[in-house]
Amino acid sequence: MPAVRGDGMRGLAVFISDIRNCKSKEAEIKRINKELANIRSKFKGDKTLDGYQKKKYVCKLLFIFLLGHDIDFGHMEAVNLLSSNKYSEKQIGYLFISVLVNTNSDLIKLIIQSIKNDLQSRNPIHVNLALQCIANIGSKDMAEAFGTEIPKLLVSGDTMDVVKQSAALCLLRLFRKSPEIIPGGEWTSRIIHLLNDPHMGVVTAATSLIDALVKKNPDEYKGCVTLAVARLSRIVTASYTDLQDYTYYFVPAPWLSVKLLRLLQNYTPPSEEPGVRGRLSECLETIFNKAQEPPKSKKVQHSNAKNAVLFEAISLIIHNDSEPNLLVRACNQLGQFLSNRETNLRYLALESMCHLATSEFSHEAVKKHQEIVILSMKMEKDVSVRQQAVDLLYAMCDKTNAEEIVQEMLAYLETADYSIREEMVLKVAILAEKYATDFTWYVDVILNLIRIAGDYVSEEVWYRVIQIVINRDEVQAYAAKTVFEALQAPTCHENMVKVGGYILGEFGNLIAGDTRSSPQVQFELLHSKYHLCSVATRALLLSTYIKLVNLFPEIKNRVQEVFKADSNLRSADVELQQRASEYLQLSIVASTDVLATVLEEMPAFPERESSILAVLKKKKPGRIPDDVRESKSPLPTVAPTAILNSTNNTNSSSADLLGLSTPPGSAAPTTGNGLLDVLGDLYTSTKISPSTVQQNNIKKFLFKNNGVLFENELIQIGVKSEFRQNLGRIGLFYGNKTQFPIQNVHPELHWTDLHKLNVQMKPMEPILEAGAQIQQMLTAECIEDFTDVPSMSVSFIYNNVPQKITMKLPLTLNKFFEPTEMNGESFFARWKNLGGEQQRAQKIFKAQGPIDLTGTRTKLAGFGMQLLDGIDPNPDNFVCAGIVHTKMQQVGCLMRLEPNKQAQMYRLTIRSSKESVSQEICNLLADQF
Amino acid sequence: MMQFMLLFSRQGKLRLQKWYVAHPDKLKKKITRELITTVLARKPKMCSFLEWKDVKVVYKRYASLYFCCAMEQEDNELLTLELIHRYVELLDKYLGSVCELDIIFNFEKAYFILDELVLGGELQETSKKNVLKAIAAQDLLQEDETVDAALRDVGWL
Repeated sequence: MPAVRGDGMRGLAVFISDIRNCKSKEAEIKRINKELANIRSKFKGDKTLDGYQKKKYVCKLLFIFLLGHDIDFGHMEAVNLLSSNKYSEKQIGYLFISVLVNTNSDLIKLIIQSIKNDLQSRNPIHVNLALQCIANIGSKDMAEAFGTEIPKLLVSGDTMDVVKQSAALCLLRLFRKSPEIIPGGEWTSRIIHLLNDPHMGVVTAATSLIDALVKKNPDEYKGCVTLAVARLSRIVTASYTDLQDYTYYFVPAPWLSVKLLRLLQNYTPPSEEPGVRGRLSECLETIFNKAQEPPKSKKVQHSNAKNAVLFEAISLIIHNDSEPNLLVRACNQLGQFLSNRETNLRYLALESMCHLATSEFSHEAVKKHQEIVILSMKMEKDVSVRQQAVDLLYAMCDKTNAEEIVQEMLAYLETADYSIREEMVLKVAILAEKYATDFTWYVDVILNLIRIAGDYVSEEVWYRVIQIVINRDEVQAYAAKTVFEALQAPTCHENMVKVGGYILGEFGNLIAGDTRSSPQVQFELLHSKYHLCSVATRALLLSTYIKLVNLFPEIKNRVQEVFKADSNLRSADVELQQRASEYLQLSIVASTDVLATVLEEMPAFPERESSILAVLKKKKPGRIPDDVRESKSPLPTVAPTAILNSTNNTNSSSADLLGLSTPPGSAAPTTGNGLLDVLGDLYTSTKISPSTVQQNNIKKFLFKNNGVLFENELIQIGVKSEFRQNLGRIGLFYGNKTQFPIQNVHPELHWTDLHKLNVQMKPMEPILEAGAQIQQMLTAECIEDFTDVPSMSVSFIYNNVPQKITMKLPLTLNKFFEPTEMNGESFFARWKNLGGEQQRAQKIFKAQGPIDLTGTRTKLAGFGMQLLDGIDPNPDNFVCAGIVHTKMQQVGCLMRLEPNKQAQMYRLTIRSSKESVSQEICNLLADQF
Repeated sequence: MMQFMLLFSRQGKLRLQKWYVAHPDKLKKKITRELITTVLARKPKMCSFLEWKDVKVVYKRYASLYFCCAMEQEDNELLTLELIHRYVELLDKYLGSVCELDIIFNFEKAYFILDELVLGGELQETSKKNVLKAIAAQDLLQEDETVDAALRDVGWL
């Protein structure tokens, strides 16, 4: 049995030995149960126990608890110990309570009086015991009971230093629980001045408290900056003998230095006063200089303490982000650490550099270390260090080095740890997209990703490559050729089959000229993978097949055979069965024209930022540089289902399949519900009850592209539109809400700016059957900026009575916006450049209701410009940027919207290179919030 | 701010636990179990820091005992490592070349020393001398009481 310090409790030591001698878990439990029974009987027994015995048993219970057993008695005995006049008994009582009592226990009320008594004691050791207990429990009750007493203790001149230290941290703990307990006013300055206290221990404790107070109320505690800088300066210039016991392995007061450096990170810039700033810079320089000095000791403690201060200084420099030479110096210093033999230092250097890479001043300096960072990613033995290297490569990547970094990451991915693969895949995908100058490179990278780490390629990643291929004509043939080649590998990942299937279904025709990739070959290649794939992929492939029938009529028979195969037509899976039978019918019944319409090439996806980024952000909040946009909408599922899923009867005619002219099922809907079903995806999000949208409210379509454009009791007109550059496609859905046909439906367009906006309307069927829905397509081309919004009148005959309705089309200038991402610097540079009288437009208007920033934000997000966050110094303001595409020219446009909550007003300013554009955008947005 | 500190053996036996955040017992047990497994699985030359759930874990092994602190994101890793070292130094000085067994038998002392070093999750006193002085003062009170008791027993007081 080892020596026991202090006044040992022999019974306790014996018990601990017994437990340790137990040969098995069962024996241990048996011994413990025996002891518990013994203690219970002692506590319950008639004989009153003396203090020592109580202490011993309470201590045994504590030990049993620490072994991992539950303790449900003994609390009262522990509480009794608190009022013992023997310190050792009191102390054990306090220990039991702080280890075993939960913050919300009823016992707390019982102990408050004991704590109060000890707090009043003249013996500082007793006072500290009480303070430690309050800090350990730190409940609301404690805050209420001692909230006034402890601040007094902290600043009183009579309080001893050791008590002040505990009081400061005790107060901090209570403040975290109940922030209202800190008195303001004159207390503020007294608390701040603790930074000047001669006792280093008091300053160390007080700095933590002040740091928390500053976070809550930076302005009130601003005065601490000067004091903190002065204190820091005294420490870093001190020789290691000056501070005596506060020097740790030749480093003067490392803990206090770090706390002060942290405290200063609450302010940007640390101070407006040039004197204070200068002094701080000197401190930071000194810290760097000391880092270069030869070590005063070989012990790791020395270098750790010294470097701890250095890293914190670098954090402050990064936080201030204002002194280029310090930032570059930090970067060089960290560069040295990258090849240090201490793993810990390499880890921290990589992490810290990640932050430096996001500063414009040091980004270039970080890039100099690219080679060694790549080596770290490949060679480090510890996966967490490799992970840091990957993060840093991601952060340091830009246009100039993207190709190399992506290449290296791809190469590393082949052997990378499973735990970091998924994240690496996301990072590679984002970098490849963000910095692609040539989209064939992008396609290669993503296909490589799938080849190397297919299991870790999430849906978002392959959705995204398809979005990009569809939106960029120049890469489509290349993509088709590349996937075709990739699919020829004897084994290829299912994600490759998905991408391949989708792309060949859309663009297989672009490579069909080559006999090596003739239609027949393409189809057979895809189909050779079919039986190895999951149901979801098979479903996708079936859609590809019907698309191929449209592209290449010559393989129709072969494809029909596949549809007819029992494994499809009678598949156990309902989705496969439905697709096989519907596609089969479609290929039999529909004419070439109908096929061509239904299976037309997918329209371009709205240009938006990668949804992959959102996934990465979710995985690693706060570690992704914020300069990139995000979007929540992934690719919709394969298109043909959207058209076809309205049918629930697989034996219906082909017309039924298309959901164009007759209602789903045979029963005409009595309410508007059937129509809602047909429009399915259009209305699920809005669910507007028919009666609420009686007429045409065009203003809301400023912020969205889909919805119900017009509705009365007879007819409902829905719209779904897409815009790309200066072109737009608008689908109108006419729905008959009645049980009788609507006849002679005749829409007509009117607008005056014919030379500025070109709108074409495709002809449509004149009859709208009961409960049915017809679609009509419109195309729009913006030639020059316009103000006149086209209106449409629809005349028809219902029940022999002619009707006419008119409405505005949701076709406003903002629809031709392309969002533009830019950083604060370039935004304000452009903003200044566009300051001329001819370029600005401004309106001040009253808010429509109480100012709702999230609502405003949502609206702006739908307007078409890019919302730029973190640029305006006032976080309530919104700034946006976008380019209006017209056939004649592209007009860059900036917007700033400043809400004034007090006045319930908004000020809207638009600046663009063209006066009429500024005016029109300003008019559109005014009075909208 | 430190969220908790755990001391455990190479065999995964918990020797000391100190929590600075309020969690239900069940959660504490779960965290302890998972963290011990994670740390024990790491190889000797690996880095002493790891991102674990939402905390930053800093650990170091001294002989058969692991000292493991869970810190918040902005806390300084290297200094946490030295905080552990300071604690070990204090235990060593007080208990005399400390080993795992000493901590088992003097667990209450290990708590008292920790309370002087760290309070409410924040570092309170970094001076080794001052901490030992505070503990010595506590011991002195105890001894006085023992002497008083002995004197009382023989009727001299």
